[in-house]
This record gives sequence, structure tokens and C-alpha cells, in this order.
Amino acid sequence: MTEWHPLYLTLKLAFITTLILLVGSVPLAYWLSYSRTRWRPVLESLVGMPLVLPPTVLGFYLLIAMSPSSPAGRWLIELAGFRLAFSFGGLVLGSVLYSLPFMVFPLQSGFSQLPPSLAEAAYVLGKSRTTTLFRVLLPNMKPSILAGIMLSFAHTVGEFGVVLMIGGNIPGHTRVASIAIYDAVEGMHYRQAHLYSLVLVGIAFATLLLVYIVNGRLLKKVWS
Amino acid sequence: MITCSLEHRRFAEHGGVHLSVSLALPKGGFLALYGASGAGKTSLLRMLAGLLTPDAGRIVVNGETWYDKALGIDLPPQRRSVGFVFQDYALFPNMTVRQNLAFALPRGADDRILVELMELTDLRRWADRRPETLSGGQQQRVALARALVRQPDLLLLDEPLSALDPGMRFRLQDYLLDLQQRLGFTAVIVSHDVAEIMKLADRVAVLEAGKLTKLTGKAEFIADWLERDGQEVRLDAQVIGVRPEQTGQEITLLLGGVALRFRLPTDADGLIAGRRIGPEGWHATVGPESAGVAQRNDVPTDTPP
Repeated sequence: MTEWHPLYLTLKLAFITTLILLVGSVPLAYWLSYSRTRWRPVLESLVGMPLVLPPTVLGFYLLIAMSPSSPAGRWLIELAGFRLAFSFGGLVLGSVLYSLPFMVFPLQSGFSQLPPSLAEAAYVLGKSRTTTLFRVLLPNMKPSILAGIMLSFAHTVGEFGVVLMIGGNIPGHTRVASIAIYDAVEGMHYRQAHLYSLVLVGIAFATLLLVYIVNGRLLKKVWS
Repeated sequence: MITCSLEHRRFAEHGGVHLSVSLALPKGGFLALYGASGAGKTSLLRMLAGLLTPDAGRIVVNGETWYDKALGIDLPPQRRSVGFVFQDYALFPNMTVRQNLAFALPRGADDRILVELMELTDLRRWADRRPETLSGGQQQRVALARALVRQPDLLLLDEPLSALDPGMRFRLQDYLLDLQQRLGFTAVIVSHDVAEIMKLADRVAVLEAGKLTKLTGKAEFIADWLERDGQEVRLDAQVIGVRPEQTGQEITLLLGGVALRFRLPTDADGLIAGRRIGPEGWHATVGPESAGVAQRNDVPTDTPP
């Protein structure tokens, strides 16, 4: 019998991760685009680390940080109210960090592509930075926002190393689809592995297709 | 009355320019900033708007201090009564013409001004269109109308007409003068189009490498310019008087509310209406009755692309 729970867990994780990333990355990308601090390259490098780091490294450090025996882990447990290691909450935290550049960088490039006069025009018209952000800047960078959402979502769906390190492989709690495939292949359950894989291929293709179709349409609207 | 005295050190790629300008402008005046690119015209405009912070100096507009380094006053752009027409118009692509204007309206303000401004700039027909579906001239009018929604004391224009063809430019200059007469704002325009300056401005500030080298009335600027450059210029002006003289004719042009007299030799046929009126290369596209008659055919229809 097919166990659908890993797929449900994967989608739930991707959805929550993307939502958190969207809310958190808008101010971060805004700051990275407009700040003149000399620390900017440092911060950009930190945000971009997951692009080049083996997921196991990030997972390893997070596991240590989440462990109840470390001060950071104890503080995190107090903050979250539960243990993060080997729990769904831990998976979310790991995924958010791991997919951070996939949301922040498209947004940052969206901000940089807007002509500076757009924000300046709003300021001269008496609008605050916040009003300008939500009513002028963000509505005019929809393709970048969509790209960020889709890439973060797809990247979280495709995660393996980080979730395995942090979440382990607990059925019903932390066994997401990518891990379930690995597990199924290990146990020679090829039918099961095929099924999960096919669904993931479908999700990945549909996500990217949507990005290209919608962005193509948006671009056409702008240029026609 | 607007008085400012500003210092700004700018470090550009090709060496820095030290901007140091003091000027006073009467309320309701129209000042043109003239000078080569890189002379600091746009920087000066941006400092007036609060988009660029000077290194020293002060700006006082109608008795209100907008900037004073010594007193530590630096009002943000939001709190300065300024309208700014950007060179690229900076219209919000996500909003219609009406929404662009409405966005500028302060909370709780009477929105009748929107309709009034759209009427004055002939935009009512396009009210529900997005900026990208409008022609350059229409977009420019939206930018102008939007800058006036808050009824600013000071309207700043950064070469707003330079990208438009001559016919459209002349019409927009008329709009601008008409609006200024009705609303009474003080205006500062950056321009290196001499014909535009002649038509719009009543005073001209000449900037060279960050320094104000001349602040003159329009007539002096034109006389000076003719003497120094004597290049061709296309004018859109009304001929209000023609008086024969021994070797030519004296014609009087009405340019931006100022009558200007030119003593001009006629050609072999004794014509000035042959579009050529001018001493040594001084051309004007003027007809006997009104301006730009010879230009009319070039004027594009006011429809979107």
C-alpha cells in the first residue's frame, strides 16, 4: 500500500517554508538593495552560503545548535517551546535557512532593477518608505516575487541532506518524500520509489512551467 | 521667495565636481538652470527636493527652512512642498493615470483637484489607461499633473521635455505656462534647450563646473547667447510686431510672456515669413501671424503608439 504521508509532509514543509521566507526576505532584500553599509558583502555572502555549502554541513551545525546540551539549543527550546531537533519545527528552521538565497536574491535583483526615480517620486509625493515599498516597489516587481516563491518552494521540495540531518527519518513526523524515496530504494521497494519520484518530477516541472508562463505573460504586458 | 546657498562635493568617476551655488528666486518665478552636462544642474534640483543631502548651506522656501546645516535642519522630501518631474517621468507602472494622480493626494484631501488637473492637461480620456500604453507626450503630462496634485510651492523639472519631438515639446511648454499662471507655483527647470528656456523661463542661471557663473533675466540671456554662440535655434513664438527698417526689419516676438525685439536683415526676397528671420544663422520657424505655422505638419497627433 502506498504511503502518501511523506508527500503531504513535503508539500506542507515547502508551503510553510516559502511563507516564512517571503515575509522575512522582503525586508532583508530591501535592506541589501538600498543600504550603503560596507558590511553588505559580508551579509550577502552569509545569505548565499547555502548555495555552495554541502547541505550536510548546514545540517550538522544546526543539529548541534538545536541540541538540548548546547546553550543555543536550550535557548531555542525555550523560545520555540519544544525540541527542534528531529521535529517538524526543526525541519522548517533548517529549510528556511537552506532556501534563504532562493528567495532573497530574486527579490534583491527585483529591487535593483526598478529605476531609483520610482521610489524617489513616491517620497516627493509625501509617501513614507513603508507605503512606497508596499504600493509602488513590490507591485512593480511581481516577476521577481513569483520567481522567489517558486524557487524557494521547489528547492524545499527537493531538499535531502539538511532534512535528513536535522529531522532524521521519523515516519509521519520528519520523513519527507525525498527521504522516503531513499528509504524505499534501500528497501528495494522500487514501485514506491517510482511513485514518489514521479510526483516530485511533476511538481518540479509544473512549478518551473508556471514561472516561465506567468513571467512571460508579465513581460509581454510590460513590453507590448 | 526661495533662497538657497548650497555646497556639495561630488566624487564622480572622472574627477569630482565641487558644487557651490547661491541663488534667490521670487515667488511665482520660473528659473531655468542652463549648463553643460555634469555642471551640477540635476544635483542642485535634487538638493532642493531633499533627494540629495548637501554638505553645507541652507534652503529657505517662503519663510520655511527646509535645510540648514548649521541648525541641523534637513526636512525629508516627504515634508517639503515640492513637485518633481523626473527625466524618465517615473510614473508608477502598476497604476492607471487616475491612480497615479490619486496616489499623490494626501489622505482626506479633496479629490476634485484630480479631475481639474486631468482636464487642464487633457488627460481625462486616458484616465483609466496604464502609463505604458500612452505616448511620450501623454506620459509627460501625467508626470506633470501628478507633481501638481499636492499643489506644491516649488515645481522642479529635470529636462522633462528633452525626449519629445519639437511639436509635442511646444505644446507641453504651453501647458506648463498655463498651469503656472493658474496655480502660481515657483518653477525651476533644468534644460539645455535654448528655445525652451526662451519660452518658459523668466530668469536663467548658468552653471559651469558646479559654479553659478551667471544669473540673468531672459532678455540678457538671449542677447548674450546670440552674441556668444549664434547657433540656429527653432523658436515657437508669436510675432506681435513687424517694423520695416533700412536694411531689414525689426520684429517683436512674444516668448513666455516677455516681448523680445530682434533687428533682423531680410533675405533677397525681402521675406521673413519664408521662415528665415535672422542675423547670421539665426533662424526661427515663425510665420507672420503665429508661431510654428511651418511646423504644424510635423506635429504628431496626440494618440498613443
